[in-house]
This record gives sequence, C-alpha cells and structure tokens, in this order.
Amino acid sequence: MPTPNESIQLTLNGEPYAMTAGLTAADLVEQLGLGGRRIAVEINEQIVPKSQLAATPLAAGDQIEVVHAIGGG
Amino acid sequence: MTQLTDTPFTIAGRDFSSRLLVGTGKYKDFTETGAAIAQSGAEIVTFAVRRTNLGQDADAPNLLDVISPKQYTLLPNTAGCYNAKDAVRTCRLARELLDGHNLVKLEVLGDDHTLYPNVVETLKAAETLLADGFDVMVYTSDDPIVARELEAMGCCAIMPLGSLIGSGHGIQNPHNVRLIVEQSSVPVLVDAGIGTASDAAMAMELGCDGVLLNSAIAHARDPLRMANAMKLAVEAGRDAFLAGRMPRRQSADPSSPFAGRING
Repeated sequence: MPTPNESIQLTLNGEPYAMTAGLTAADLVEQLGLGGRRIAVEINEQIVPKSQLAATPLAAGDQIEVVHAIGGG
Repeated sequence: MTQLTDTPFTIAGRDFSSRLLVGTGKYKDFTETGAAIAQSGAEIVTFAVRRTNLGQDADAPNLLDVISPKQYTLLPNTAGCYNAKDAVRTCRLARELLDGHNLVKLEVLGDDHTLYPNVVETLKAAETLLADGFDVMVYTSDDPIVARELEAMGCCAIMPLGSLIGSGHGIQNPHNVRLIVEQSSVPVLVDAGIGTASDAAMAMELGCDGVLLNSAIAHARDPLRMANAMKLAVEAGRDAFLAGRMPRRQSADPSSPFAGRING
C-alpha cells in the first residue's frame, strides 16, 4: 500500500496530473471543484457511474476523462 | 376555422409535436442560445460532449442549466468523432451525463474539411450502440442504400445531409432525399446544410418527418427571428406535404373564369 503522502501520476483529459495516492475518483472530482456538477467520468475507457465514483480507487497511470455538455449541433 | 390534425412525430416511441430539432452551437452566449431555442419551438435539442475545462470557475454557467433536461429532450451528438470507437465512447459518456438517457445522434465524420459522414465507421458504431441499448438517430450521406442498411440494423431515425455541415447550401440532392423518405419506415430528417427557411420547408415538402439545424439560426443576423422563421417553415412545409401540391402544367390555366367577361 502506498503511504498517504505518496504521489501518483495520472493522465487527466490528456494532460499529466499528479495526485496523492490512495484517493478515489470522487476525491478527484471534488479536488477539481466539480462536485455536484453535471459531468461524466471515464477511467481507462470505462465509464465510472456517479454512484461508483467514491468506490473507485485511482492508480498510477490511469487515463481519466472528465466531460460535460457544451453547445453543438 | 377547421382544426387541422397531423399524426404524431414519434422517435423511438416518444411523441413530439415540433418537427424542428435544433443545435446549441455557435451562439453568442447562453442567453441567446436559450432564447433562440425557446423561439424555435423545438422539443429535441442537440449538444456536444467535451472535456471539462479544468481549473475553470466551478460556478460558471453550464449549458444544461439553460437547456434543462426537464424541459427538453436532449440529444447528445458525437460531433468531432472520426472513428466508431470514439463515437461509442462519446455516447456512453453522454448516457452517464444524462443519468441513463439513451437517445443519441450518431455522426462519424470523414475529414475536417468536408465533415462528410464516414459511413463505414458509422455502420460499425451503430451496430455497437444498438447492441448496447441506445436509440440511435443517425447522421449519414444521402445514399439510399446506406440509409436502408442503417434502418435494417435498427436505427430509430435516418438523418441524411442536405449539404455539408455548416455550409448553408440547402438540399443539394432532393431526389435522393425523396428516395430515402419513400423507402423508410422510421422517421427521416434532413440534418445539415439548411441555410434558410425555404430549405427547411423544402425538406418537409419532400416528405421528411423533421429537420435538424443549428447554424442557420445561430449564424443568422437575428437568431431569434430566424428561429421563428424555421418554426413556421417546418410547419408550412409539413402542411404543404400533407395537402399535396397541385400538378405542374406546361401552359397557363386562369384562376378567373372566361365566361361572362365584358369583352366576350
């Protein structure tokens, strides 16, 4: 198990992102200031339902996409 | 005055009264987006799925605050996808975004110059999405054979282009659109290319069940006025189609009788 202060490297929306080890996808969403916002999260090309965010631990190397709705045709 | 009736416009088992579907792109701001869409009378509204801007103000307005899923039937698109895999991922993200809502507009594009549909990838994506329980409204070329394949697979609406996305060139091949309308048992909508009200009316006069447009309203000098024009054009075109146009003649045929003329 990593110690709480250890940092892991993720890829978030195509960019490198460092995060404290041992946290969940819900923690990441909160950290981004997106808690309660209408977003969707995908980790390693798999959807993580809202109900599962808090139960989804993040691991080094995870490829994470956080998306929302924007104007389009 | 007689109340005229029409059959309901049904997409994947849901009934709608407006046959105009509109996009939410290219507006000046969300206020204009909301006002134009309200003016259009549209009930089905498309949007795109994109990466959240990280580090943005968390209180910044969100499209879905303006275009509420409670008020409108939201139709996420796969614009910007150039292969089946990306389109399928985008649809799954959209379904999560909308709490399980499974109606999507599938578009898989060929290149960024024409945005012409890549029908090979579109067919692949449709197959995966349909197997995954999506209701798929599919943007495609005006090829009647491809349209027939997509319908046979189970797509709930066939949406041939009128002309290139955002071009405003209207319906370049009305004969193909009519062939698709005549052969299809699911709704057919012209999606892309509509430039002005007469283009929308033409789509409906060809027998299309609806029209999907965005730029024609958003890029008009006065979007609200054009939204209203599109609403009326779709209604007028639909009525003209149902009424059945008069036969064309090679010579004139006076509307006023010859008999009783003062110079007779």
